[in-house]
Amino acid sequence: MTNDQMTHEMSLVLQTKGITKRFPGVLANDHVDFDLYKGEIHALLGENGAGKTTLMNIIYGLYRPDAGAIFLDGRPVDIRSSKDAIAHGIGMVHQHFMLIPVFTVAENIMLGSETVRGLMLDQRSVAARVRELSHQYGLDVDPDAYVRDLPVGVQQRVEIVKALYREADILILDEPTAVLTPQEVEDLFKVIRALADRGKSVIFITHKLKEVFAVADRITVMRDGRVVGTVRPQETNEAQLAAMMVGREVILKVEKGPAHPGEEVLRVENLHVFDDRGVETVRGVSFFVRAGEVLGIAGVQGNGQTELVEALTGLRQPHSGKVVMLEHDVTGKSPRSIIETGMAHIPEDRQRYGLVLPFPVTDNLVLCTYYLPPFARSGMLNHEAIDENSRELVRKFDVRTPSPYVPVSKLSGGNQQKVIVARELSRPIKLLIANQPTRGLDVGSIEYIHKVIVRMRDAGCGVLLVSAELDEIMALSDRIAVMYKGQIMDTLSADEATREQLGLLMAGVKEEQDAIAGQ
Amino acid sequence: MDWRRFGFIALIILVLIGVVVMVGATQVSPTVIVVSMLATTISVATPLTLGALSGIYCERAGVVNIGIEGMMLASAFFGWFGAIYLNTILKVAPMPSLLLGVVAAILTGGLLGLLHAVLSVTYKVDQIIGGTVINILAIGITGFLNRQLFFEKGSIFGGEVPHAPGVLPRFHIPLLADLPLVGRVFEQQPIAVSAVVLVLVTHFVLFYTRWGLRTRAVGEHPRAADTVGINVARMRYANVIIGGLIAGLAGAYFTLESVPSFEPLMTNGRGFISLAAMIFGNWSPFGAWASALVFGAAQALQINLQFFREQIPPQWAFLQQAYIVGLVPYLLTMVILTGIIGKTTPPAADGQPYEK
Ligand SMILES: Nc1ncnc2c1ncn2[C@@H]1O[C@H](COP(=O)(O)OP(=O)(O)OP(=O)(O)O)[C@@H](O)[C@H]1O
Ligand SMILES: [Mg+2]
Repeated sequence: MTNDQMTHEMSLVLQTKGITKRFPGVLANDHVDFDLYKGEIHALLGENGAGKTTLMNIIYGLYRPDAGAIFLDGRPVDIRSSKDAIAHGIGMVHQHFMLIPVFTVAENIMLGSETVRGLMLDQRSVAARVRELSHQYGLDVDPDAYVRDLPVGVQQRVEIVKALYREADILILDEPTAVLTPQEVEDLFKVIRALADRGKSVIFITHKLKEVFAVADRITVMRDGRVVGTVRPQETNEAQLAAMMVGREVILKVEKGPAHPGEEVLRVENLHVFDDRGVETVRGVSFFVRAGEVLGIAGVQGNGQTELVEALTGLRQPHSGKVVMLEHDVTGKSPRSIIETGMAHIPEDRQRYGLVLPFPVTDNLVLCTYYLPPFARSGMLNHEAIDENSRELVRKFDVRTPSPYVPVSKLSGGNQQKVIVARELSRPIKLLIANQPTRGLDVGSIEYIHKVIVRMRDAGCGVLLVSAELDEIMALSDRIAVMYKGQIMDTLSADEATREQLGLLMAGVKEEQDAIAGQ
Repeated sequence: MDWRRFGFIALIILVLIGVVVMVGATQVSPTVIVVSMLATTISVATPLTLGALSGIYCERAGVVNIGIEGMMLASAFFGWFGAIYLNTILKVAPMPSLLLGVVAAILTGGLLGLLHAVLSVTYKVDQIIGGTVINILAIGITGFLNRQLFFEKGSIFGGEVPHAPGVLPRFHIPLLADLPLVGRVFEQQPIAVSAVVLVLVTHFVLFYTRWGLRTRAVGEHPRAADTVGINVARMRYANVIIGGLIAGLAGAYFTLESVPSFEPLMTNGRGFISLAAMIFGNWSPFGAWASALVFGAAQALQINLQFFREQIPPQWAFLQQAYIVGLVPYLLTMVILTGIIGKTTPPAADGQPYEK
């Protein structure tokens, strides 16, 4: 260990002691002790609902702890609001971004810490400072752009600049990589390292174990509101971390036997779809899915997958082409009539398309079937049947909720996802369309959802899996189609496909088979 | 609202006036028509512009205020009452009485704004219900007090409606009022002038100052504002109270500038039309002003409809019935504004109470 690192080790910038926070029905933080050194990248891991976001919100002054204390540079501080946190040099990039879409980048960054000249906002000096920070940390942002026009990766850079603009020395990043493409993740890591090199301290929350090993200096694992332990990456491995998080061995590799494909359940012919801005994002896609197999659609986000799935599930009118589900032509039909042919859908954006957030878990579990017996009797809801259904599904799918009657918005992200999975898989289905089914989930939940998908396949259900995670695609699929710029570049058998091959296809490079053969 | 649209609306107002001039030219001189139409346009637009600005302050901060109608009515009454009380009982001169009456009206609006803020920000009562409460309260109180104070024997005014101190006088706007032909249009009363000044001020405040940035932030994404240390509740309180003060000024227009008297329900839906102007104007001061002016011009057209009599074929004579003629400004405004403005977008968190 170099001298320099030693001095870093010496200075503790942030410490929490015995932080406890109770929400109705849950102990979200239970005597949490956590510490952060100057210049350190400290990863925080834990299951969905373990209390990570709650702890960060307490440090950032958004929640008041029921007990416990926070120390900055060894001195106890009372952080009553985010204003206090900012004044103490704490910055936070939230799990769901806190940017105002109709404001420019500069306006978002200065908000709350504006510089004025007379009565007027001093836009020019803000823009200059933003450019300076962008340059210093390699965070490329245009101060005059409107946030609504920016891709998520750039929005995240805006959030980071926003924290640096306030001269944050401690930067909290809550699941910053959940919505980023692999390239954007790489760029983010460069920034985080640059920040740490300049003496800033970073708390980095993630569910992806690989990322922890790529950037973290230390790793703290939380479970059920408690800290399980703090380790260094050199001293541990993925399997051990997974076990710490979940409290049992996790099988990180999916176990599945060979597929026994049956008849065709879904056929898509020459489908063309336009997005909201009128851009053709699906440009002539054809494929089929058979019973008892998983067709994976790989591809970097934003290559037409979203619109493809929306067109298949009836959420978006295709421009031309044909979608056939078990002999029924369902092109452009309503979602309900498509659902009734036996299609299930786990949507990409769970909060927008998967759940009615203010509704209780019970009602969310019957969103596709509430009008059918036993849930409806002569036009009236049968609450007994609905309650019974939810008790059973909550138990079977291990949804962690204080009660089935709480609004689903109060559940942690992973448990919201489980509610959708439970609803979609608990009725007789012939085809499952799963779009990013494990986004934002912890390893335990991922293991569980992967198991369910394989089980559905083995039970003779066709599965269309859309995912930006190459690992997930490779682990679950029997055949893999790669989508690039609205078209399917190629469809490979999963046994033969290699990571490199898929990577090239995802980048739009189609290998000339003969060229390789000729070498 | 961009400048192109604003210019387009100005053009349409001119076209409306032009049509009347053409049709009416045989009977009345064009100058008289232009001047009278512009005068009507401005005086109709004044309370609407102020009402819309009131709505803009509230809704840009995320609080829907359908109580503007009630705020105007109550302010119209208390402004009127204040002026008369000062003038007849306390023997204050007419001019100071009127000005202090305006102050009373503004304060009445501010108080009702405070009430709305307490209901919707602190107690998180449904904002539509909060606004309705204010509307009903205003109708009840003004109706009751009007009867008690002015028409009951033994009341302070002795059961007789006292002689009013008149209305706010016109004054020359330097330079503009000296223009040939239309100069007369720029001899205006103070509230009409302050409405225009407030449009400019509000535009500046909303889009160029710290206050405006924060106001818009709490109306778009209060949580984001909270995370950068802005006190959402305080911003909303302040803006709803400002909105109330402006609605109060709009109320003063009815009894202290337009006519020297109060009648129950005299605001007659103007508060709601203000909200329509705010929406048509896409929650921007210039847009709302333009919409209010279009409504004013349409009203001016309606007043001058007599010129069209001869043009109407006999089988369409029923069109001259009062209730159909009365619809003209509303229909015209709707058609013009929906045609030009297209889609409008309210502030994203408009009407939503903020829960930490
Ligand atoms: N505002 C709230 N009201 C009630 N319960 C809450 C609230 N916020 C969080 N919880 C509960 O507290 C627990 C911890 O939630 P938290 O969001 O901190 O989890 P997390 O570790 O960030 O999970 P994830 O990885 O899914 O984001 C969960 O059980 C959640 O349901
Ligand atoms: Mg979280």
